[in-house]
Amino acid sequence: MSLTTIAVQQLSKTFGHHPVLQDIGFEIRQGERVALIGPSGSGKSTLMRHLVGLTRANRQGNSCVHALGRDIQRHGKLISASRAERCRTGYIFQQFNLAGRLSVLTNVLVGRLGRMPRWRALLGRFSAEERAMALHALKRVGLEELAGQRANTLSGGQMQRVAIARALMQDAELILADEPIASLDPRSAREVMDILKRINEEDGRTVVITLHQVDYAREYCQRAIALRQGRLYYDGPITQLTDARLQALYENAGLNELYQPSDGSVQPVMLRAATG
Amino acid sequence: MTTQTPSITATTMGKRSWLNLAGWSAALVVLGWAWQGTEMQPGLLVENAGNMATLASDFVPPSFTNLGHYIEQMLVTIQIAIWGTLLAIVFAIPCSLLSSDNLVPWWVYQPMRRLMDACRAINELVFAMLFVVAVGLGPFAGTLALFIHTTGVLAKLFSEAVEATEAGPMEGIRVTGAGRIEEIIFGLIPQVLPLWISVSLYRFESNIRSATVLGMVGAGGIGVSLWETMRGFQYTETATIMLVIIVAVTALDMASQTLRKRFI
Ligand SMILES: Nc1ncnc2c1ncn2[C@@H]1O[C@H](COP(=O)(O)OP(=O)(O)OP(=O)(O)O)[C@@H](O)[C@H]1O
Ligand SMILES: [Mg+2]
Repeated sequence: MSLTTIAVQQLSKTFGHHPVLQDIGFEIRQGERVALIGPSGSGKSTLMRHLVGLTRANRQGNSCVHALGRDIQRHGKLISASRAERCRTGYIFQQFNLAGRLSVLTNVLVGRLGRMPRWRALLGRFSAEERAMALHALKRVGLEELAGQRANTLSGGQMQRVAIARALMQDAELILADEPIASLDPRSAREVMDILKRINEEDGRTVVITLHQVDYAREYCQRAIALRQGRLYYDGPITQLTDARLQALYENAGLNELYQPSDGSVQPVMLRAATG
Repeated sequence: MTTQTPSITATTMGKRSWLNLAGWSAALVVLGWAWQGTEMQPGLLVENAGNMATLASDFVPPSFTNLGHYIEQMLVTIQIAIWGTLLAIVFAIPCSLLSSDNLVPWWVYQPMRRLMDACRAINELVFAMLFVVAVGLGPFAGTLALFIHTTGVLAKLFSEAVEATEAGPMEGIRVTGAGRIEEIIFGLIPQVLPLWISVSLYRFESNIRSATVLGMVGAGGIGVSLWETMRGFQYTETATIMLVIIVAVTALDMASQTLRKRFI
């Protein structure tokens, strides 16, 4: 049987009076490649941030976020963890979150901070081996010539690829990528998706990718989790995410429509991934 | 200004002008109140114009016999400013981080801010008098005085820069598994460094000006000579000292300004 990598239970998040996530629950097993989809503002980024403890769930309620064998947060309280534990999860931000005034190479090298001896991390003394790794990661995203350039002089797509190289550098077991191809041209987008696919298939890393491009989700992921207005709307094999469902997901149509099968063959809206 | 909703516009306008009127009246009251307190009597300037002309004529021609000594004293003043500022920068960095509400909980930043407020509230000249008592006459007392006061000033300016930073880069470092201090070094400091440098240089400029008077209370530097010559009515000497101060301060201001421009 396969191990659970992520387990989310009864997760709700309200910003002010605005409920952004409502009673979300799902599990992701080791080695899965999952697309997280949903319209803009449906809460995808917020959900992803909960998975690494950047955002805390509502205090009231029995929420629990579990990842890589430890609780990240329970009932809206973060559970602290060692550096060694935390660096097992890599995160690619929708806004890249690079340190603009540092060089591209340094921005990639920091992906290693959690794994370095503390004194070297504090002094920023990266070893020759780490530099070589960083250059290699940059090469994988096609940016090795820009290693010396300041990060804030890059184009959006280049920044996005630096953020991806940083996550690669981290060598994490679980990679959470928040719209990693949003500002890339089709060819770079494909390259990035191929990289994510490869580390999933060859290295057995679990990958969760937020995507706006359903075509990519269909092509690259086995499973889809869809959010709509902060609620779990669909969770199941991507093959069964039919055009009709997608239309209902993205159009301003009422949820109820889906519960009225036009022909008897339509599946229930929620499909658990095919396990127990 | 004339839109589809004239009534709303009119009421807001009415409110605005009321507020305006109240604001201006309050400002006038404050100005009048302060005028009383300062015992302003512009008439005296005219009445005593003769005296002032006599006084001014006492300053010329400046006497250059002791110029070498004054230049030496000016150098001591600059040395006081250098070390006073440098120590302040070193201490203001941790203090500013501990007074930033985006880094530490309120029970850390509130006491730290109050402490920095206290350092800033007391003028460096007052600190200088205290340190003269504590460590004796001389430039060391002046350096300590500048250091304490400037720490309070820089900590506030530094922490304002810290509070204006974006959280994103720090989060980017945090999720790599790095610790809190690495987060600050790699995610925060690069964002604030240019401003910190420029603010520190600016403070250095103003510390040179402050250091020139520290000697008046015995805390070293050119202020000692300034005070002595003035008390002895040796105004031609005073004039020379003032010239030395003007030349040095202007030169250093200009140098520091060019440096500052490179960091913004
Ligand atoms: N820190 C915050 N404070 C207040 N509201 C927030 C905050 N973060 C997110 N929100 C709100 O939560 C909702 C969901 O935002 P989120 O970024 O998760 O959407 P998303 O699905 O990632 O959208 P997109 O596809 O555009 O990236 C939005 O309405 C947003 O305004
Ligand atoms: Mg998002």
